[in-house]
Amino acid sequence: MKKPDHIQIRRKKQRRQSFAFWTFGILSFSIVAILIVILSFILFHGVKAISWDFITKMPEDGMTKGGIFPAIIGTLYLVAGSMLFAFPIGVMSGIYINEYAREGFIKRFIQMMTNNLAGVPSIVFGLFGMSLFVNKLKFGDSILAGSLTLGLLALPVVIRTTEEALRAIDNSFRHGSMALGSSKWQTTKRVVLPMAFPNIITGLILSIGRVSGETAPILFTVAAYFLPKLPHSIFDQVMALPYHLYVISTSGTNIEASRSMAYGTALVLIVIVLIANLLANALRRYFGKKVKMN
Amino acid sequence: MRRRFAKFFEKLIEAALLVSGTFTSVIVLLIILFLFNEGAGLFRESPVEKGSVVALNRANPINALSPEELKNIFDQKIVFWKSLGGTSDSIKLFRVDDVAKYYTEGQIGSNFEHLDSCISDYVGKTPNVVAFFPKEYAKAGFKGKLVTIKTITIGSFVSGKEWFPTAQPVAQMGVLSLILGTLWVSLAAIIFALPLGLATAIYLAEIADSRVRNILKPLIELLAGIPSVVYGFFGLIVIVPLIKNVFGLDVGETALAGSIILGIMALPTIITISEDALRNTPRAMKEASLALGATKWQTIYKVSIPYSASGITAGAILGIGRAIGETMAVLMVTGNSAIIPHSLLQPVRTIPATIAAELGEAAQGGLHYKALFALGCILFVITFFINLSVEFISSKRKGEKHI
Repeated sequence: MKKPDHIQIRRKKQRRQSFAFWTFGILSFSIVAILIVILSFILFHGVKAISWDFITKMPEDGMTKGGIFPAIIGTLYLVAGSMLFAFPIGVMSGIYINEYAREGFIKRFIQMMTNNLAGVPSIVFGLFGMSLFVNKLKFGDSILAGSLTLGLLALPVVIRTTEEALRAIDNSFRHGSMALGSSKWQTTKRVVLPMAFPNIITGLILSIGRVSGETAPILFTVAAYFLPKLPHSIFDQVMALPYHLYVISTSGTNIEASRSMAYGTALVLIVIVLIANLLANALRRYFGKKVKMN
Repeated sequence: MRRRFAKFFEKLIEAALLVSGTFTSVIVLLIILFLFNEGAGLFRESPVEKGSVVALNRANPINALSPEELKNIFDQKIVFWKSLGGTSDSIKLFRVDDVAKYYTEGQIGSNFEHLDSCISDYVGKTPNVVAFFPKEYAKAGFKGKLVTIKTITIGSFVSGKEWFPTAQPVAQMGVLSLILGTLWVSLAAIIFALPLGLATAIYLAEIADSRVRNILKPLIELLAGIPSVVYGFFGLIVIVPLIKNVFGLDVGETALAGSIILGIMALPTIITISEDALRNTPRAMKEASLALGATKWQTIYKVSIPYSASGITAGAILGIGRAIGETMAVLMVTGNSAIIPHSLLQPVRTIPATIAAELGEAAQGGLHYKALFALGCILFVITFFINLSVEFISSKRKGEKHI
């Protein structure tokens, strides 16, 4: 017996819906699968290379043996240097955009320029850093030039997260503080910033993750191919993890022999990014709850 | 007094904040200034190798040659002066090394002390000659005439097909193959990434419950956080050999490998922005659709997707922007040969990869160096317009919402 039309149509609609939903679910989880394949591949091969010596020793035998200690130290210096530069300026810029600037052309222009800077390719930062810091200001290939270049790259990230963190704070807090007679800066410093602080720190941690993996901006501003000693001043060159990985996987003296070194370096890089992401998420969750309770 | 100081202090703080606020704008302007200043040098300087000159016989009516013409002459693709508007003679090439063919060791001198007069003599008596030699041999009383080599024009830079930045006697700075290579790889990447990214965005915004979302979101963020050099390494070790075996190629470093890696790298951008756009669909609209008897799926593709079309477009465009500017991963997996691509299974070379690979070897301030900066300008202009168009799309969307 034939079923009535409207029931058939409804079934058809539902079949279509569940087909679509399943397809989307599968596609979404295929992205997770890609991530898991990449991570587990590097983890699987990298773990064999990791040892105490690998982390704490100089590279040896044309970078086929030994460790990656100078590259780790170099990356630490670069991250610290770039954050020292980008974090204060970025946070101040975020405060200006969200707390001080009036709605209008100037605010829109600044936001547009920040977005534009965020979209500039990393290799263009490299070119710019080379022509301004290395050649024009005569810093040479140095930690200083590399840190400044990386700092510029991280700047839009810091600004955006600061802006978002500040925007999330309800205006009633500002009004309450102002009503008690405090000035704008007092309000910002004592009320708004402390509340937004956890989210700003989250932005800082995420940009640390980003900066530690960037290669193109440091190619011509700081990175050394092979330099088995530690830097003494900010005008020294250093090795850096991402550049080291690039070098030993494409142009090392013996690519096959340095493969396990490459896996190890990739793993160290991934671990840094992973820690940064986990930390940022944990902070976000922890403070997210705390703010709500108040 | 104290109040006045406090007021002054407030003003000071505000000024400091304003200065930081304008910092990014200043940097963008500085980037434009430095890039274009260095890049523009390419179009001002003679493309002939520094310290060298090109000379003709005085009877030759030609006074200037373009870089392409000169290159074709020395490659013997142009063999008659007629094709350059001169006499019907065939062209006679002369390089410094050729001097030994026409003059004895005694005439040249054991320490080449008479080399200049030999060159001068030869150019002076050979009407169909074109000579290329170091500048110092063209002294006063030189019997030939030096031709001006026209500077590279912006048109020939952008439309030229040959990229031999260190070629002799004249560098060939045609970047068409690099531009096409960049666009080719990036567009193919988006073709992979867009369906996958869009599906995930729809799933996250409309279908998944919050528990699944809380797992998926951080994972996608992690995908965005993996350094490009690690993607390149993964591509080099896994995807390149895979492509080589699957398609039976001699080399696996192809545009396809680059596109796959770039596609994966563009996913987080596409997902995040499209998801945001989908989430902005007003609840009332969706509920109205559901109330009319539409299923959830019908509501998604008849209401949510059309409503957020501009946001999804913005996501796709930004994804393309990311792919175009990506350097290290592409450098490691695409094989880097500067030819105009005809299929995805050929090696290609992109603009960022060219800069990264060659800037280290280019002498500072030289022609090659300037050409790489000019490439940087092209890259900057492309991404600048991409950002502007995204800005335009999203500001339009904000405008609509007020109505």
